[in-house]
Amino acid sequence: MTATLEVRDLRTHFFTRAGIVKAVDGVSFTVERGKVLGLVGESGSGKSVTGFSIIGLVDPPGRVTGGQILFKGRDLASASEEEMRRLRGNRIAMIFQDPMMTLNPVLRVDTQMIETVQAHQKVDRETARQRARDTLGMVGIPSPDERLKSYPHQFSGGMRQRVAIAIALLHKPDLIIADEPTTALDVTIQGQILAEVQKLAAQTGTSLIWITHDLSVVAGLADDVAVMYAGRVVEDGPVSQVLDAPLHPYTVGLIGSVPSRNKRGEKLRQIPGMTPSLLSLPPGCAFQSRCARADAACRQDPDLFALREGQRARCFHPHLEAIPA
Amino acid sequence: MTVYLLRRILQSFMVLVAMSIIVFVGVYAVGDPVEILISPDADQLERERAIRALGLDLPLWEQYLVFVQRALQGDLGRSFVFNEPALQIILQRMPATLELAFGSMFLSILIGLPLGLYAGLKPDSVASKTIMAGSILGFSLPTFWVGLMLIMVFAVQLGWLPSTGRGETATLFGLQWSFLTANGLAHILMPAFNLALFKISLVIRLTRAGVRETMLMDYVKFARAKGLSQNRVIFVHVFKNILIPVVTVVGLELGSTIAFSVVTESVFAWPGMGKLIIDSINVLDRPVIVAYLMIIVLMFIVINLVVDILYSVLDPRVRLEAKA
Repeated sequence: MTATLEVRDLRTHFFTRAGIVKAVDGVSFTVERGKVLGLVGESGSGKSVTGFSIIGLVDPPGRVTGGQILFKGRDLASASEEEMRRLRGNRIAMIFQDPMMTLNPVLRVDTQMIETVQAHQKVDRETARQRARDTLGMVGIPSPDERLKSYPHQFSGGMRQRVAIAIALLHKPDLIIADEPTTALDVTIQGQILAEVQKLAAQTGTSLIWITHDLSVVAGLADDVAVMYAGRVVEDGPVSQVLDAPLHPYTVGLIGSVPSRNKRGEKLRQIPGMTPSLLSLPPGCAFQSRCARADAACRQDPDLFALREGQRARCFHPHLEAIPA
Repeated sequence: MTVYLLRRILQSFMVLVAMSIIVFVGVYAVGDPVEILISPDADQLERERAIRALGLDLPLWEQYLVFVQRALQGDLGRSFVFNEPALQIILQRMPATLELAFGSMFLSILIGLPLGLYAGLKPDSVASKTIMAGSILGFSLPTFWVGLMLIMVFAVQLGWLPSTGRGETATLFGLQWSFLTANGLAHILMPAFNLALFKISLVIRLTRAGVRETMLMDYVKFARAKGLSQNRVIFVHVFKNILIPVVTVVGLELGSTIAFSVVTESVFAWPGMGKLIIDSINVLDRPVIVAYLMIIVLMFIVINLVVDILYSVLDPRVRLEAKA
């Protein structure tokens, strides 16, 4: 059986006046049916651009310049705009980061839901309305009939994100790309939404790409994880393996930065330096300037080495020894 | 809503009172109408009789009180010059100005919105840059010059359109309107366009800025991620959001167009209110000036109120409440 999504050597570049920004530069991963892939990285690592590339919504001056995006065997990188439109919101849905900004402030919730139903199916308004109402109920919005008539500003942030999730679920898509959907919410709401999404995905066999910088979210939700740095996947594998025994120094640093792993009274750990400018990446490993293990070998470009069963890392000096406590 | 409206009406009334005092004192300070109205040959007796007849013998504050007393009964005084009720003189001229103003507003939206939308959606195309350059001309060319050029080209050289006057009129609600006849429409086209030129530019720029800003919003991207067609995204999601600033500005512009279309009315010999007010100021015909400005103030108040109400229709986040 073909995987729901197979991304091969995806390249998305932004052609700015200052030069070419290689926001995504040779990213590959696979998402099987009903599985959850966590796409992890710092701001600017290219994880959101990867998501937008899949759904075909990269804003100019950016565009997908190479690679394949095989969605159930069909290459989306070469699909026409109309074909992409028919897939969007229908077979592939997306949930955005900031629920305060994703719903149009001047349109009622029912308008925004009904138009989504009718964009992909020839059904009358009443049928579409009922579908919208049922889906709102499904994501845990009380009295969905009344809420349909409300405007977005009459909802709280968590409720708006539920509405956005309901919109994504309207057509029971094969794939949902969630771009940090819980970052802007407080922790209790975050937990509820995560549980909700996990349940719904399991019920409908929907695959998920969960883009986040929060490793604790990935730990609880994802089956597999891909860690991105400067437009590339630097490590991927099953979530338990990557989080318990990370190979790449960047992943190690990322896990070490989670405050709850630090001992009380100890100085919080961090990765020194910041993400290099994608405009002027030095040759070789993009992480070398911030890496304690870097040496002359790192001026060469490392490949993604398969170092353990199912786990790969783009590094010449991976943490193959015992995991630091 | 009711409380809000009551409050607005009270505020409006105070604005009217303040306005009438300012105008009254202002015109009094400018000059003495007696010097202009009464022939220099008149003897002392005739002068005093005329001054008394016009009510100009009383001190200013008493004149004002008389005016207020009459105004409350719907009488804004008689013109010194025409010896007719000021209100009636103004209302006779009003339809001409109103149809000109609304015509120009209609043109500015009809031309400005699509051009602005195009320029906003394709900011880098040659056509968009031409539109934006053209809008600078629309802003900066003086109205009287454009008016004269229009007359020279379309009336004198090409002979397509008539250059002056209102043409044939038809009666509606007991008033004479030009836009109801083909000939009248031909007459209104040039002055309306001339008056609209500035507003077209304004609408183009507002729309373009609005479109460019709105297109970057997450909700537009989300609408596209829902698989909506490009048309639906632009004409529903984007359009409804950019209408808010456009309505505000066009609404306020409508007021100033009605009030200050003097130049265009003069160039095209359009018998509207603008011409009347200039003539009245020249001869210090105080009742007409005061009545005119009172009507204009009232009109601005009404337009602002309508814009506020339209706002709450367009933007659900705006609720009209009795907040200070």
